[in-house]
Amino acid sequence: MKKAFPILGLLTAALLSYALYEALVVAPREQTMGDVQRIFYYHVPSAWTAFLLFAINFLASVQYLVRRNPQTDKIANWVVVALGVLTCIGAYAFQRWLPADVYPSSVVTTGVAIAGLYFLIHKYFSEQGTDILALTTAEVGVVFCTVVLVTGPLWARPVWGIWWTWDLRLTSTLVLWLIYVSYLVLRRFSTSGETPVLAAALAVFGALDVPLVYFSIWFFRTQHPQPVIGGGGSIDPRMLRVLLINWLAFLCFAFLVCWSRFRLERLQREVEETQALEALLEPGGSVR
Amino acid sequence: MTFLYAAYAATWAIHITYLITVVRRYSRLKREVDELNQRKK
Repeated sequence: MKKAFPILGLLTAALLSYALYEALVVAPREQTMGDVQRIFYYHVPSAWTAFLLFAINFLASVQYLVRRNPQTDKIANWVVVALGVLTCIGAYAFQRWLPADVYPSSVVTTGVAIAGLYFLIHKYFSEQGTDILALTTAEVGVVFCTVVLVTGPLWARPVWGIWWTWDLRLTSTLVLWLIYVSYLVLRRFSTSGETPVLAAALAVFGALDVPLVYFSIWFFRTQHPQPVIGGGGSIDPRMLRVLLINWLAFLCFAFLVCWSRFRLERLQREVEETQALEALLEPGGSVR
Repeated sequence: MTFLYAAYAATWAIHITYLITVVRRYSRLKREVDELNQRKK
C-alpha cells in the first residue's frame, strides 16, 4: 500500500492538471455569463465531494454509535437492509410524487449505494476505525465546503452583482459548514473521554442539513440557479463531460488526502497510547 | 476573467494550506515517534 500512494498521487496530479486544462481551455464558453461561468467546474464538484464526505462521516458516526453494543449493531444492520428494500419498492410505488426529472431508478441507485457504503464501512473498519474515518471525512469535507463558500461569492459578484444573499441554498450551506466546523472544534478541544460519542451524535444531527442543502433548489425558489442535472435543468453535453472529469479528479484528490489523514490520525493515537502507557509505567507514575 | 482566476487560485490556496497543516502535523508526530524510540533504547 505504501508503494501505491506515490503512484496514485502522481496519477491524481496528472488528472487534476488535465481537468484544469479541460475547464479553462476545452469547455465551451457560456453565452450569457462568459468565461466566469468556468468557476462552475470547481464550485460544483467541490460541493458534490463535500456532500459525499459528509455522507461517509454520517455513516461512520452511526456505526461508531451502534457498534458499541453488539445487539444495536445487529439491529442497525437489519434497519439498513430494510431501508434499502423500502427505498427500492417506494421509488416505484410512489413514483408520481417524485419531483420532475427524478427517475425511480436514480432513487433506487442512491438507496442501494448508501446501504452498500454502510456495509463496506462495516466490513473494512473496526470500531476505532469508524471514529477515525468520521473525523477524517469531516475535516476534508470542511475543506471542500470552504472552497464552495469561497468560489460561490466570487462567481456571484460578476453575475448577480452581489457577493452574498441570505437565500435558502446559500444559508443552509453556511450552516452546514458551521456545523462541521463545530464538530472539529469539539473533537480538537474537548478532553472528555466521551468526546467521540458526543461528536458522533453531533455528526448524525448535522448530516440532516445535507439533504436540505441539496434539495433546497429543487423545492424552493432561490437566487441560486436550479440544478443542472435533474430537477428540470439541462446542460451542454460538452460541459457535462468537463464537469464529470473535474469531479473525478477532485474525488481522487479527496480520497488521497483522506487516506493520508486517516493514517496520520491512527499513528497519532498509537503514539498517545504509548506515551500514556510509558507515563504509567514510570517509577513515579500515578498507578502502582 | 479576474474573478475566474481568483476562484481557481483561492481553491488551490485552500487545499495547499490544508495540505501544509497535515504535513506539519506529520513531521511533529514523526519527531515524537523518534523520541519514543530513543527512550526505548
